[in-house]
Amino acid sequence: MNVAVAVYDVKQDAFARASEAGPAPKRVVVGFGFWVFLLSDIVMFSALFAAYAVLVRATAGGPAGPQLFNQVTVAIETACLLASSYTCGMMSLAVSARRRLDTYLFALITFVLGAAFVYLEVREFADMIARGAAPQRSAFLSAYFTLVGCHGLHVAAGLIWLAVMMAQVAIKGFRPAVDRRLLCFALFWHALDIIWVWLFTAVYLMGVHP
Amino acid sequence: MTDAPYDLAPGDVSIFGKAARMAASGVGIYTIGLVLAVILTATSFWVANTSLLWALGVPMGLVVLAIAQMGVHLVFFLHITTAPDNTNNVLALAFGVFIVFLVVVGSLWIMTDLNHALMPSSGPMNSHMQH
Repeated sequence: MNVAVAVYDVKQDAFARASEAGPAPKRVVVGFGFWVFLLSDIVMFSALFAAYAVLVRATAGGPAGPQLFNQVTVAIETACLLASSYTCGMMSLAVSARRRLDTYLFALITFVLGAAFVYLEVREFADMIARGAAPQRSAFLSAYFTLVGCHGLHVAAGLIWLAVMMAQVAIKGFRPAVDRRLLCFALFWHALDIIWVWLFTAVYLMGVHP
Repeated sequence: MTDAPYDLAPGDVSIFGKAARMAASGVGIYTIGLVLAVILTATSFWVANTSLLWALGVPMGLVVLAIAQMGVHLVFFLHITTAPDNTNNVLALAFGVFIVFLVVVGSLWIMTDLNHALMPSSGPMNSHMQH
């Protein structure tokens, strides 16, 4: 009985201190706001996923997944994105430890891996279009190019953002505003990796077998 | 009990529990996450290509592996935990997952149902329509 009361008191205390401490620091507010944006972005992707799943059989007599998808390319793309997520984490650690050289190094590796991913995807798209599997060929291909292309656009935007952030670190240094933007960038980059997990599962791996 | 008067920003490491003790070597958290993610990804590619498994169970297995890998990314890369200073982040995530589930499963359910209903010569409904 006594123990239960004691635990209850401690919990009350923890919540009271969180709610009575006044406005949260800007880093927490900005991080949470960006987290909500990322979740809304994921909800948008869920609509594209739903459209793809509904239209995956609507090939209109054109080529279907098994003839189009190359698992080796997908595996390399996955490896690039996963490794870049890891080096992005290393960059976050270097930023919080204020190690400028490590920050540049890991940002560079992250950028190169992300650029390799975008290059492979553009090559894959160009190859498919050259073989007559363009977005206008069938509803399945329209949904495919929209879904995968939207993720590719996000990665490309992330690359530009990363380059801008490194310029800001070089010019402005690790001031709080730059710090918060780097936190948001890391969240963005890791969230893109989560979307890619669902992409290679739902589109490529489930698509190779009819 | 707590030295943290505020909730945490997503992506910041919680001071509670095991994560706090491992945060001393933050590289460890990311490395564990990378190893788990690589294992799960490799398993996904194996499951999709093997003939050892019952073919109809493969999609379900792939979904389970993807959910597991999503959890690994959330915990080890985004540092979303169930610690008390993460309540806001987890609640937002739960709402997001709920909406995603509604959109994807709802669309698939309704469209599959419509496909069945509109299938030509599919039993009593069609013959009824011809009268």
